[in-house]
Amino acid sequence: MYGARVTVPLTLLGLLERESSHGYELKRDYDTYFGGGKPLPFGQVYATLRRLARDGKVAGGDAEPGAGPDRKRYAITESGSREFDAWLRQPIEPVPHLQTVLFSKVVLALMLGRPARAYLDTQRAAHVQRMRELTQVKRAGSLMEGLLADHGMFHLEADLRWIDVTSARLNALAEMVRPT
Amino acid sequence: MTSVDPVMNLSPATRPRGCLIEARDLHHWFGHTPALTGATLSVADGEILAVMGPSGSGKSTLLHCMAGIFRPDRGEVWFEGQRIDALGDNARTELRRTAFGFVFQFGQLVPELTVADNIALPLLLNRVGRKAAYAKAAAWLPRLGLDDLGGRRTGELSGGQAQRVALARAVVARPKILFADEPTGSLDTLTGELVMDLLVSTAREEGSTVVLVTHDPRVAAYADREVMVRDGKIIDRTDAGAEVG
Repeated sequence: MYGARVTVPLTLLGLLERESSHGYELKRDYDTYFGGGKPLPFGQVYATLRRLARDGKVAGGDAEPGAGPDRKRYAITESGSREFDAWLRQPIEPVPHLQTVLFSKVVLALMLGRPARAYLDTQRAAHVQRMRELTQVKRAGSLMEGLLADHGMFHLEADLRWIDVTSARLNALAEMVRPT
Repeated sequence: MTSVDPVMNLSPATRPRGCLIEARDLHHWFGHTPALTGATLSVADGEILAVMGPSGSGKSTLLHCMAGIFRPDRGEVWFEGQRIDALGDNARTELRRTAFGFVFQFGQLVPELTVADNIALPLLLNRVGRKAAYAKAAAWLPRLGLDDLGGRRTGELSGGQAQRVALARAVVARPKILFADEPTGSLDTLTGELVMDLLVSTAREEGSTVVLVTHDPRVAAYADREVMVRDGKIIDRTDAGAEVG
């Protein structure tokens, strides 16, 4: 198994489940649907395909004539198909984020008598600013871009709720962490 | 020709200019409970401002004081160079009717009246002739996706439709400021977004300033700027840390 968090190989498997493809076609489709503005390097595409082939998840055909680094057409194998299906069915681990950077900052700030609330307010403003940018993406972009922006916004919103709750409990938290 | 996004970018015509409305050191109590404890805020002409804060922080009270609905116990409210908190009740009512528009959480439409009646109401109260008032109301229906609903009683509308009618009613008299208090508070996410899209687009097109009270960051993200109210004061991030060590 490639693990729930290693999505590039599994995403490529999914694209190959659709139809057999060349590496450059896979890169093009990955960038279009999943890149989120960060194109997948060609090197990573071919390295991933070689690894998948080594593990028997995909099979590469003979190199076709023409220019380019790799003219092989790749097809998903039965084993690759099972792997992809299992990944789709498996829920993503609900990451609890029990030890976030922001939590550490707040506790340390209170321990050291620093302005924890100001740090939270600054973080809150940065979050709202990012939400403003994503709102712009939603309004100006395609449905796919909008849904990705929504995903980001709901996570930012969850952080903001945590910031609000923590902000309201700072005095109690300070009592707990300040040296006596 | 320069292309301008009607929501997020400001065209030269709607770019914030000078201060349009200002609250100076507002204090307000409900009985012995302080709601505002020295709130100071200025809003630029053409600006869309989100006022955020937890429940009970005083954000709605601030809006009500700025809009001349409440008279603050202390402090001043200035609108277009005129001190408005000191005006008499009739003058403040007149100001609210002619210069301000309001959208509240539950629309506060008149359920027995039709959509067109509700939208025309502010114009009729401003002594606009009946024919002209209903013509203007009718012109708003397609702009807000209410084309076929003019004759429908507002008590029969969905929440999203009702808020769009409330928005039309708020802007039909072309107010200088639109005050919105949790305008999407009773709506689901998608319907709320539709209402916010319309509210912000309409304000930009009409050149209205917006003061938007919300606890929802998704709503605040539509604004040009946001301020936080905490314990009855506007919190400036640059000095907020002084309060808690």
